[in-house]
Amino acid sequence: MPPTPPGQPVLRLAGITKRFGPLVANDAVSLELHAGEMLALLGENGAGKTTLMNILFGHYVADEGTVEAFGKPLPPGSPRAALDAGIGMVHQHFTLADNLSVLDNVMVGTEPLFRLWSDRGAAKRRLLDLSERFGLAVRPDATVASLSVGERQRVEILKALYRNTRILILDEPTAVLTPQEAAGLFETLRRLTADGLAVVFISHKMNEVFAASDRVAVLRGGRLVATRRTAASTPEELAELMVGRSVKPPTPAAMEPGEPVLALTRVTVASGHGRPLLDAASLTVRRHQVVGIAGVSGNGQSALADLVSGLIHPDDGRLTLCGAEVGRADPADMIRRGVARIPEDRHATGLVGAMSVWENLIAERHRDPAFSRFGVLRRRAARAHAETVIREFDVRCPGPDARTQLLSGGNMQKLILGRTLAHGPQLILASQPTRGLDVGAVSYVHGRLLEARAQGAGVLLISEDLDEILAVSDCIAVMYHGRITPLLPHDRVGVGQLGLLMAGHWDILPDIIGESAHAS
Amino acid sequence: MAEILDILVSAAFWTAVLRIASPYILGTLGELVCERAGVLNLGIEGIMVLGAMTGWMTVYQGGGLWVGVLAACTAGALLGLLHALLTVPLGLSQHVAGIGVTLLGSSLSYFTYRLVLPQASTPPTIEPFQPLPLPGLLAQTPLTYLAVALVGLVAYVLYRTPLGLAVRTVGENPAAVEAQGLSVTGLRIGAVVAGSALMGLAGAFLTLSAFNAFFFNMINGRGWICIALVVFASWRPGKALLGAVLFAAFDAFQLRLQQVAGGALPYQLFLMLPYLLSIAALVLMSRRAAYPRALMIPYRKGER
Repeated sequence: MPPTPPGQPVLRLAGITKRFGPLVANDAVSLELHAGEMLALLGENGAGKTTLMNILFGHYVADEGTVEAFGKPLPPGSPRAALDAGIGMVHQHFTLADNLSVLDNVMVGTEPLFRLWSDRGAAKRRLLDLSERFGLAVRPDATVASLSVGERQRVEILKALYRNTRILILDEPTAVLTPQEAAGLFETLRRLTADGLAVVFISHKMNEVFAASDRVAVLRGGRLVATRRTAASTPEELAELMVGRSVKPPTPAAMEPGEPVLALTRVTVASGHGRPLLDAASLTVRRHQVVGIAGVSGNGQSALADLVSGLIHPDDGRLTLCGAEVGRADPADMIRRGVARIPEDRHATGLVGAMSVWENLIAERHRDPAFSRFGVLRRRAARAHAETVIREFDVRCPGPDARTQLLSGGNMQKLILGRTLAHGPQLILASQPTRGLDVGAVSYVHGRLLEARAQGAGVLLISEDLDEILAVSDCIAVMYHGRITPLLPHDRVGVGQLGLLMAGHWDILPDIIGESAHAS
Repeated sequence: MAEILDILVSAAFWTAVLRIASPYILGTLGELVCERAGVLNLGIEGIMVLGAMTGWMTVYQGGGLWVGVLAACTAGALLGLLHALLTVPLGLSQHVAGIGVTLLGSSLSYFTYRLVLPQASTPPTIEPFQPLPLPGLLAQTPLTYLAVALVGLVAYVLYRTPLGLAVRTVGENPAAVEAQGLSVTGLRIGAVVAGSALMGLAGAFLTLSAFNAFFFNMINGRGWICIALVVFASWRPGKALLGAVLFAAFDAFQLRLQQVAGGALPYQLFLMLPYLLSIAALVLMSRRAAYPRALMIPYRKGER
């Protein structure tokens, strides 16, 4: 690595412009980075953060502008050159081979390709050495498929460190992590900057920016609108810079809950092995009420969502919807009964990416007489419906015929909202409805959910984001090992108590419930 | 029962097994290399036909046996290059491109054969490889020894060299390879070309070692069997050897069983036997097979 004189930037981007057809993804962006510094690249989805970093790492070639690392220009379009210059990147979608071991993943491409042997012993020693030095525990011989998301990210970081990275780029590193894992990650990054690395992380979460970064660069619509020392700025200022206007999160108006729309009475769902997915779970969601389900992922939230969607059925206990018992209803029945679903993974189960906007919009009710007759689709009616939804839900897309996978995450979510909320649902099942969305889109989704609540729907909000749960829920329940706590009024329970409940310390429940019972 | 045991313990039986297995070993290795890099090569059937024809024709025209082997590999590699260009940089459907390559390979072979020998009614013959007895081993032709040796070589390259690691990774997740600064396109084209050369060699075994002539339909679905054997082997060279030998054993066994019990049952039943047993073995062996994750998925740079 060429030595860089102190005070000189290790990385300099000058006038980077990148166009995709008519879209200008980056517009004359210039940026500098110093050794030992942690820079946050803040911006909404589609602001051009990932494009900029992909240019830096050589995945894309900029139309204009230059990249300089350690005082030397970087040849465009070559990840190899970026790696050789000491630039490492942790992609948002991990670039790991699942069936191979951790060591394999770290080693690939690090030895001369046509050497007749591979020195795995030395590589393993070096990996363990790095792992120890930076406190990133890994098992070199484990297959990647057996690792948790947090562990995979650790492997990605070690992959970069193994190649003597001095500039580390992380693309939305916390999008897939639990709050605890995210805190651990930033601790690791701190150790790296203390060691002299320069770190850039992409984010659209304000709390992360303030928790971790030294400096923040804000991108909006492809332009660099500001860089600030983080300590000298405020969340309000950054939010306004990022969105271009001031964002007010919607505040739920107090509302008297109505009759129950969803009731689970001691519902058990077996998993086929070991602990049941749901274990005698009871829960009631009423009209005009948002019930937030908190919990560490994998504690039965998916089973609860599947149950309410009609994908799985209770093995024991009762499930009622608007007072009527739900037998072994399939998803189509549940939709007819007024369940609107916002699935956890919009790419996998929410939308069909290769199909058009209008096709996705009628996916739940293409057999309605409004959209088909004698088994033939009424395309004109479906397109007209799509036009309406696009307008009403402000879906930014070229039109009803656009392929859905070309939409941004926020617009995909608006599309799903438009599909389910347009038909006046009784119950809204929202699983991680704002995962991976930017500030503007988050407040939009929350606003829509609260609007539906005002119109008389019950909302079951399942989220791993405690801030989200606390922001919009009337009542909160915590899931742990397939069990659900009684409903806790949201003004009676704090983050600390929720954290304890999420970790299984249900012995504090009597205190909380006692308090609220006492107060009311 | 005693007759069946007699078959299984005779040295002649196992000599025949290894001979029958050789083209399957080579073809399966070739397909395995392609698929490990993430490219399904349905061109194998046609590549084997072209290899068989090219190898034989080279020797018939006065070339040495090893020159014929080299020519067969080259012909296989060239057809493989065509398949690779269609499927890797152009990202076309691997099924369609593969079937196209098979049709092209077969037709081109028959066309060339007829062009050179327009009026041959009985296929002309050449002097093929002769068995080479090794002390303590069954007498096989050099190409069979080569096939077995190649199993070890392919396994070594795949599991013990940086190149092999890169090939395995590109079949699992091409984005991982690109992020480490390697060329997805280069690795995949290389693997398909190398694998196809092995397929060409598999075809040449039939005309230069097992028989001494080239005739139509001589590959007779062996390429398709190799594709099934790759799945049977869970994409591992050692298991590929096992699968090929197992299939060949079924085949050799039914041939001998026909002689022993031929009167009692129609011989077509015996012909079916290896295929039925192979399907059964395939079902048993490959249920938990971890196939290369990126198999059949074209990679386009910069696309998610």
